[in-house]
Amino acid sequence: MKTLKSVDVVIVGGGWTGLLMAKELATRTSLEILALERGPSRKPSDYIDGMDEVDYGIHNKMMQSPAVLTVTHRFSGRETAVPIRQYGSFKPGTGTGGAGEHGGGNADRYLPEFFTLRSHLLEKHGKLPEDSLVADWGFNWDDIENDLWRAEQLMGISGKAGNIRGKIIEGGNVYEGWRSHEFPTPPPKKNWAGVMFFKAATELGLKPYPQPSANISTDYTNPDGISRPGCAYCGYCSGYACMIGARPQPTNVLMPILRRHSNFKIRNGAAVRRVVHKDGRAIGVTYVDEQGEEIMQPASIVILSAWTTHNVRLLLLSKIGEPYDPATNKGLVGKNLTHQVITSAKAMIMLDEPINSFMNNSGLGFRISDYDGSFGIRPSDGILRGGCFSGGSQSAALPIGSFGRIPPGATPRNWGSKWKTESARLFDHVIGGCGFRGDHLPWRQNHMDLDPTYTDIFGDPLLRMTLDWTDHEQKQFDFAERVAMQLTESLARVSGGKLHKQGGPSRQPQLASPAPRRYNASSYNTTHIQGGAIMGSSPGASVLNPWMQHWQIPNLWMLGSCGFPENSSGNPTTTILGVTYRAADALIEKYLKHPAALA
Amino acid sequence: MKENISRRDFITVPAKGVSAAVIAALGASLIEPQTAQAATPETYLKVPLRFFTAKQAALIEAACERIMPADESGPGAKDAGVVIYIDRQLAGPYGHDKYRYTKPPFVQSVPEHGYQGKENPREIYQAGFAMLGDGFVSLTPEQQDAKLESIEHSMFFQMLRTHTIEGMFCDPLHGGNIGMAGWKMIGFPGPSMTWRNEIDKHYGEAFRPPPKSLVQLVGHPVKGMEDEPV
Ligand SMILES: Cc1cc2nc3c(=O)[nH]c(=O)nc-3n(C[C@H](O)[C@H](O)[C@H](O)COP(=O)(O)OP(=O)(O)OC[C@H]3O[C@@H](n4cnc5c(N)ncnc54)[C@H](O)[C@@H]3O)c2cc1C
Ligand code: SF4
Repeated sequence: MKTLKSVDVVIVGGGWTGLLMAKELATRTSLEILALERGPSRKPSDYIDGMDEVDYGIHNKMMQSPAVLTVTHRFSGRETAVPIRQYGSFKPGTGTGGAGEHGGGNADRYLPEFFTLRSHLLEKHGKLPEDSLVADWGFNWDDIENDLWRAEQLMGISGKAGNIRGKIIEGGNVYEGWRSHEFPTPPPKKNWAGVMFFKAATELGLKPYPQPSANISTDYTNPDGISRPGCAYCGYCSGYACMIGARPQPTNVLMPILRRHSNFKIRNGAAVRRVVHKDGRAIGVTYVDEQGEEIMQPASIVILSAWTTHNVRLLLLSKIGEPYDPATNKGLVGKNLTHQVITSAKAMIMLDEPINSFMNNSGLGFRISDYDGSFGIRPSDGILRGGCFSGGSQSAALPIGSFGRIPPGATPRNWGSKWKTESARLFDHVIGGCGFRGDHLPWRQNHMDLDPTYTDIFGDPLLRMTLDWTDHEQKQFDFAERVAMQLTESLARVSGGKLHKQGGPSRQPQLASPAPRRYNASSYNTTHIQGGAIMGSSPGASVLNPWMQHWQIPNLWMLGSCGFPENSSGNPTTTILGVTYRAADALIEKYLKHPAALA
Repeated sequence: MKENISRRDFITVPAKGVSAAVIAALGASLIEPQTAQAATPETYLKVPLRFFTAKQAALIEAACERIMPADESGPGAKDAGVVIYIDRQLAGPYGHDKYRYTKPPFVQSVPEHGYQGKENPREIYQAGFAMLGDGFVSLTPEQQDAKLESIEHSMFFQMLRTHTIEGMFCDPLHGGNIGMAGWKMIGFPGPSMTWRNEIDKHYGEAFRPPPKSLVQLVGHPVKGMEDEPV
C-alpha cells in the first residue's frame, strides 16, 4: 500500500458537513486540510443540463449508485436481511457537495426541548417506555441557538419568525423556540396550492406559517460574501441540483471560499475504507483511488463526514467501539437508528381547474406546528410526540412521476384508453392528502450493524439496518392521519374540489402491495436517517461528546446526524450545520490549544 | 443477443415535429417522400435500433400502443416514439442493470424490499417477447388487450407499463415524447429558466405556455445517461 505525506486534517466526505468544517478550518487556521470525496467533482455550471426527469428523477444521477454500495434491511433481529437493490426509502448523495447539492431545501429548526428530550419526557411523564432509548444531547437550546442562526445566514433561509427573543409574532411559527433574529430573507411567493392550504388550515383554527426554505425568495449575500439569486420556481428541485444556485449547495456557498485557500485540497474519486488507529489515536485513513489503488493517508486529525450510514459503517469496519447488541442493550455503535415518521391523509382532491403545479419548489407551501412536540396531544392519543403537517408544495409535479394520479379503481385497468384518458384529464388537477412528518423516537430494536452476507465492490460488508415501526409509531400514524384527513376535508371545501377518500394517488404499479404501515424500504421517505454514533454527556452512554469528538479517540471527530439521538419532525440540515459550527468552534478554539478529550 | 455489431435494424417514425437536434441525437436519417410511390406525402425518419431487432421493436411498439393508445385524449405511444426510448434505455447502462445492486445471493422477499430478482431489464424483455408471442402484432386490438391482461402481473408487463409512461413524457433527448407529443397532451411546458413572474399570476386558471425541450432551452446538445458506456 502506498503511504502519502501526512496532512494536519483529513476530512472523509466532501458534502455539507465536511466542507463546512473545511471552510471554518481553512479560513480560521493555517492547518493543511485534505478532503477525500469518493464521488466526482461538481460545479454549479454543470447543473443547467440537469433539468431532466429520466436521468435525475428516475435514474438518480446525482446519487450514489446502489450498484457500488447499498444497505441491507430487515424488520427485526429474527430475520435475514436483504439488500436494497434499487432506491429506496432514502437516497445518499455523492460527489463534491454530497446530498447538499440536491436537497429539498426545507429548513426547519427543531423544538427547543428536543436537545434535552429525555429529561423533558421524564419530567412530563415520570418514566419512559421500557424499550425507549431517548437521550439528551449534552447541550441545550440556549447553547445552540446562535449556531442555528449562523447556519441560517450561511444558507440565507427564507421565512417568517414566530418568536424573536420571547416576543410572539403572529404569522410566523408561534410554537418555535426563541430565535435571536428574523429570517435572513422573507417568505417565498405563494403558489395556488399554498394559498388554498393556508385558508383550509386557518378555517380549522390552526396557525399555518410559511415553510422555512433554503430555496431563497430574493437575492441574498451571506456573511461570507457569497451572493445567490432568488428562486425561479422551476420545479426541477429536490433530487436535482439548482441550475441558478438559488438553493445553497456546498458547491456554491463553500467551494468558492475554499478554492481561495491554498491550505485546502479536495481529492475526488477517493473512497475511504478504514480509519487506521492505534493505542487510542487515529493515525489516518486508507482509501481506494480512481485507479483502484489502495492508499494510506496519514493525518493528525481525522474527521468523518460521510453521512449517517457511511460514518457508522466506517466505525464498524475500522473496529472502533463496541457494536450495539439490542438483546443485551450493550455496545454503542449502531444504536438509536431513526428515520422519520411520515404519512398523509388517505385521500385526494380533484379540482376543475389545473394547479399549474410545474411552477414550484420543493420547499414551498405552509407548515403547521399546532401538533408538534407535545402541543395539542391528548393522553388518549397514546403518543409521546407528534409532528407537523404541511401542504402547498407540489414537488412531485413532473410528468413521469405524476401521470396516472387518479382515484384507484376509477378505471377498470391501470393501462389502456380509459386509464390514459382519465389520467390526462386529471393531470395537474389533483392534490394529494395533506402530509405529516413526525418525531421518530429511538427504540431498542432499531439499529445498524454489519451484514454477514452482502458486500460492496471492495468486498467490505454492507451496513445492515434493522428497522420497523413500533406501536408508538402506529399510534402516531393513527393520530396524524386523523388530523390530516380533517385538513384535507377542509381543503376540499375551500378549493371546491371533489374529495376522494381511501387510497392515496396511485402511481407506480406494484406486483404486490406493501403491507400498510410496515417500514417500506422500497419507497421514498426522506434522506434523514439518523443515529448510530450518538452524542451525549457521558462516555459510557454515547459514542461522541457534545462537540462531536469521539470519547475514546480524541483526534477523531464525526459530523452529521449520525450523532443525533432522536429524529425530529423538522428536516435536519439546519441543525446538522449548526452542530457542525459548534464542533468547529470546539476543535479550533479548544482542541487545537489542548489536543485532548474536551469533556 | 446482438450487440455493437453493425446494426441494420431500423424503426421508422413520422418526421413531423421532430427538431434537427433530436434527429441528430437519434442518429436518424430522413426518408424523403418518394415521388415515384407517392403513397404517403409525409417525410419519415429512419432511426437505427440499438437493442431490439426490427421485429422485436414492432412487437413492443404494438404492446405499448395498447397501454397508451392514440385516442380522443391525444396521441399514443407509437406517435411519441416510446419504443425508441425503450430501445435506448435497454441498450445502455440501465438495461445492463448498472444502477442496481446485483450481487448474490438473490432471495425472494416482501414488496417493501423492492425488486430482488436476478434478471436485468434486457433479460426481462427477452422473456417478454415470448410472453407476447410472434403473432401479437397481427391480433386485433381486443385480442391484444386480452393477451396483455393475461400477463398483467408479470414483471415484464409492469416494466413495460412504466417504460411506456417514461417514453411518453420524457424529454425528447431520450428518444421518446417525439415532437413533445406527450407534454402537449397534458399541458406540461418542460424545463424553464424561470416561472418567477408567473407563479402567483394564474390562480385557478390554466397557464399553458408552449413546451420547450431541454436542448431548446439550453441551446446545446445534452446527452442522456443511456449514451454512457456500459
Ligand atoms: C433528495 C433529498 C432531499 C433532501 N431534502 C432535504 C430538505 O428538504 N431539508 C433538509 O434539511 N435536508 C434535506 N436532505 C438531507 C440533506 O441533504 C442532508 O442532511 C445533508 O446533505 C447531510 O450532510 P452530510 O455532510 O452529513 O452528508 P452529505 O452532504 O451527503 O455528504 C456526505 C459525502 O460523503 C461522501 N462519502 C460517503 N462515504 C465516503 C467514503 N467512504 N469515502 C469518501 N467519501 C465518502 C459522499 O459521497 C458525500 O459526498 C435531503 C437529501 C436528499 C437526498
Ligand atoms: S425551484 Fe428554485 S431552488 Fe429549486 S431548483 Fe428551481 S430555481 Fe433552484
